[in-house]
Amino acid sequence: YTVSVFTESLNFKWRGEMTSKKASDVPLEFHVPSLFKRPSSRASHSVSVRRPFPLSHGTTTLGFIFQGGVIAAADTRASAGGLVACPAVHKITPIHSHLVVTSSGSGADCMLWERILTREIRLYQLRHKRRLSIRGTAKLLSLMLHPFKGTDVCVALTLCGWDKLIYVCSDGARLQGDIFSVGSGSPYAYGVLDRSLSWSLNKEEAILLAREAVFRATHRDAYSGNNVDLFHVTAEGWRQRQREDLKEEYYRDMEKRGLYNKTLFLAI
Amino acid sequence: MEYLIGIQGPDFVLVAADNVAASSIIQMKHDYDKMFKLSEKILLLCVGEAGDTVQFAEYIQKNVQLYKMRNGYELSPSAAANFTRKNLADYLRSRTPYHVNLLLAGYDDADGPGLFYMDYLSSLAKAPFAAHGYGAFLTLSILDRDYKPDLTREEAMNILRKCVEELNKRFILNLHSFNVRLIDKDGIHDMEKLTVGAK
Repeated sequence: YTVSVFTESLNFKWRGEMTSKKASDVPLEFHVPSLFKRPSSRASHSVSVRRPFPLSHGTTTLGFIFQGGVIAAADTRASAGGLVACPAVHKITPIHSHLVVTSSGSGADCMLWERILTREIRLYQLRHKRRLSIRGTAKLLSLMLHPFKGTDVCVALTLCGWDKLIYVCSDGARLQGDIFSVGSGSPYAYGVLDRSLSWSLNKEEAILLAREAVFRATHRDAYSGNNVDLFHVTAEGWRQRQREDLKEEYYRDMEKRGLYNKTLFLAI
Repeated sequence: MEYLIGIQGPDFVLVAADNVAASSIIQMKHDYDKMFKLSEKILLLCVGEAGDTVQFAEYIQKNVQLYKMRNGYELSPSAAANFTRKNLADYLRSRTPYHVNLLLAGYDDADGPGLFYMDYLSSLAKAPFAAHGYGAFLTLSILDRDYKPDLTREEAMNILRKCVEELNKRFILNLHSFNVRLIDKDGIHDMEKLTVGAK
């Protein structure tokens, strides 16, 4: 089991258990990662291993709140330097029925930390017979990432509940807001979103806007592209839209602007 | 990029902080509050590296609350400032120093108002007025010129407005809104947010 080996080698100690004094059936055991303990000197003095390829960082993800809930959208390209390592990655992952998380940064780190977060949330639910709130989830994630601050862990997640959006990154930032876009393509996405986003959009308009924002970002940013994933989270839970190829979006946009002649397959 | 300012009067302290939470070139939030309430009459204003600010400020906040629970009375602003500085100093030469710049403002029932300037090298100075950030270069001279020890609340607000106008005029970054709070013998009061139109 890779995680336990990983944590042992970094002296990642779990604090002792506390039990509730109340006569309740569920013994409340708190396993909190010990804070303010950075990875041991072994991490910095070890012989540095040369990376076989550059870490994948490029992405465009976004999330915003509107009257009909929360939309989370992301592209699906995983880049490693100049190579498209995978054109069909899932950057939006459900944590539970009412929480999805969009990831950006290093692909491997994001996958690992999403799984760790899902595990911890599920354990909390089993221990305490209730779900941890999204703000608690964000704080838990932030505290778990804190020992790795200053190392190469690069994780920037946006937790999307049905009424809240919280951005957590491995630097330690934890921000709650109404609209977040993360990744190398985020400035382009902000440009589209900031112009047209309003609270009173209906569901179709919001989805179109999110898709257009991701499309424009992938058009300009080399490290984003391929398809767009869209999730809509409401109080009833999350729903996933079918993955759409942005190439079609591009030709539709060109045609709309009169720059593409479909019959001749010519783009001006 | 971030801006903090504090002005101490004869029986109050006026503090203000900008509202921007930035990540490289992007403003991620426009309404971010950089002030942490340590107790009924003490505020800690904290800027610096992304995760360090919140972690350190919340650590100090919880410890000040713990002191109150254990001993039944609150830490004075001077004691809280020295406690904060000690923590900064302890971590300074460790492998994980906290890169944070702080202003601690408080009102002590015995000693009156106090404004304490601390920086990431854990220096501590009690000052009548202070500022952090690039904006400090532009506004400290205004404070030097117009400050007098017996200024009224109105006069302090006017100096603050002048500083914000100067930032709006000469600072290349757009800091368009500021949280303003005033501490006096009655506690912490939220003042009207200072906003300026985009340049």
